[in-house]
Amino acid sequence: MRAALICLVAIVHREALRFVSQRGRFLAAIVRPLVWLIVFAAGFRAALGLSIQPPYQTYITYEIYIVPGLCGMVQLFSGMQSSLSLVYDREMGSMRLLLTSPIPRWWLLFCKLFASTAISIFQVYTFLAIAALTGISFSPAGYLAVLPALIVNGLMLGALGLLLSSTIRQLENFAGVMNFVIFPMFFLSTALYPLWKMAEASTILRDICAFNPFSHGVELIRFALYGQVDWMALLWVLVAFAIFLSGSLWGYDPSRSMVRRKA
Amino acid sequence: MRILWQITGLAIGMGLSIATADEIWVSNEKDDTISVIDIDTLEVTRTIDVGERPRGITFAIDHSVLYLCASDSDTVQVIDPETGKILHELPSGEDPEQFVLHPDGKHLYIANEDDAITTVVDTDTRKVIAQIDVGIEPEGMAVSPDGKIAITTSETTNMAHWIDTGTQELFANTIVDQRPRHAEFTHDGSELWVSSEIGGTITVFDRENQQEKAKIEFEIQGIHPDRVQPVGFEMTRDGQHVFVALGPANHIAVVDPKTYEVTDYILVGRRVWHMAFNGDESLLFTTNGVSGDVTVIDVESLEPIKSIKVGRFPWGAAYRPTN
Repeated sequence: MRAALICLVAIVHREALRFVSQRGRFLAAIVRPLVWLIVFAAGFRAALGLSIQPPYQTYITYEIYIVPGLCGMVQLFSGMQSSLSLVYDREMGSMRLLLTSPIPRWWLLFCKLFASTAISIFQVYTFLAIAALTGISFSPAGYLAVLPALIVNGLMLGALGLLLSSTIRQLENFAGVMNFVIFPMFFLSTALYPLWKMAEASTILRDICAFNPFSHGVELIRFALYGQVDWMALLWVLVAFAIFLSGSLWGYDPSRSMVRRKA
Repeated sequence: MRILWQITGLAIGMGLSIATADEIWVSNEKDDTISVIDIDTLEVTRTIDVGERPRGITFAIDHSVLYLCASDSDTVQVIDPETGKILHELPSGEDPEQFVLHPDGKHLYIANEDDAITTVVDTDTRKVIAQIDVGIEPEGMAVSPDGKIAITTSETTNMAHWIDTGTQELFANTIVDQRPRHAEFTHDGSELWVSSEIGGTITVFDRENQQEKAKIEFEIQGIHPDRVQPVGFEMTRDGQHVFVALGPANHIAVVDPKTYEVTDYILVGRRVWHMAFNGDESLLFTTNGVSGDVTVIDVESLEPIKSIKVGRFPWGAAYRPTN
């Protein structure tokens, strides 16, 4: 038990150190959604208001609509970044050191997941604080209620990162993750447009968006910011988390690795 | 905020089982109905069938009856607010659009859009006591708090017509910007405000000399000036704010009546037209014609808190206390 805690603290500490030393990474994580909020949302500014849909009780401007999607975006990039760091660890050899630890592998991976989720939540709150300075703010209860949603969403996206890192052998292949995971997940979701707007363009696009677990993560955050729970979204995110985590545990299974090495 | 309302509603419901919540009555121009909104729950509790094309809506001073301009029925209907039944009709002249109730509670001043006249009706005897020639397409109606002056604005003549209520005759006409829609006296009666839909302005007149005192213009970032069309407006009793509906700009402008400066714009539904406060003026209810809903604004924070679906093309709104 004590060993497990030492392991958790060590991994979280290492991730925190890495995060603090990589100031560029933090800056990029904050600037990226802010550019979307200030430049992109301004260009698409619906000054006449978007139609009402839950959880909103009245008409809202596009800037308000896009904020939960950008919170999700911060967590998506953070999850993928953590996957990138695992690939890096593998190339540098530090992962081998970690995986030879007597602690169960699933716990090691969970610690890693926990650390990356904590960092992503810190980034989201920093982004929300800056957004509040630009006039886009929520109630204090909303800022509190969004925390569990961010934890669940962060774990789900972190688990996806773990799963991807178990399949990527070289750092160079990470560009593929950008093209085939981050962009489709973000653009084919409710982060930028509501589902009914997607349906106007194509019902297939709408169905893809509705299937995308990232959409449900965004909706979970959106409802939480208004003190509400989107139970369906929560279920989707939990199911996706279970699938991604199982996949990554399977991917990092030592017996599988042995088999692969022998082959 | 929503939770607070729900808790308040629940507390009132449990503690005072016979007490009913205050209401906002909304005339739905294309549905020929009135939607009644419960102020505690912010939900529509009743829909009442009325005459054709209901627009102007106001309660008697003691709130015992509702007066409603049924424009295409060419009548003013008098409705029992408890039962929703039409008690009788008042002669109104053709196409009554807006009206104002004199502070004596007895005389209704009605704008007859198609006839270019203002009709004065005695609500007790149900008889027309005067018809005053005004400009073409009269619409906006106001009466001073002391009851000495009534105002009719004419949309096509672009004038505010000043009527002496003692003689029922015009004593002044003042030019305003294009298509004046609505007029109101300030609560102290010293100023008359008139909104001009096409002109995009509000003109403020000094009551004593009928001279223009100020002109207020509106500008919303990202919205073409042609869409900024001031229509209905309401003033708070404490003299802090004037709320102006900007029609297809889908915003309510907040004006400081001391400086005549626009201090804020609040996003509401599509083609916002008129509005009404609740009793303590903590909430403002705006009628949004095209989106068919009523947006509720928290007056203290100047934030919209909810939009409530009502009938098609809600036009006017009136407050009814129930306790």
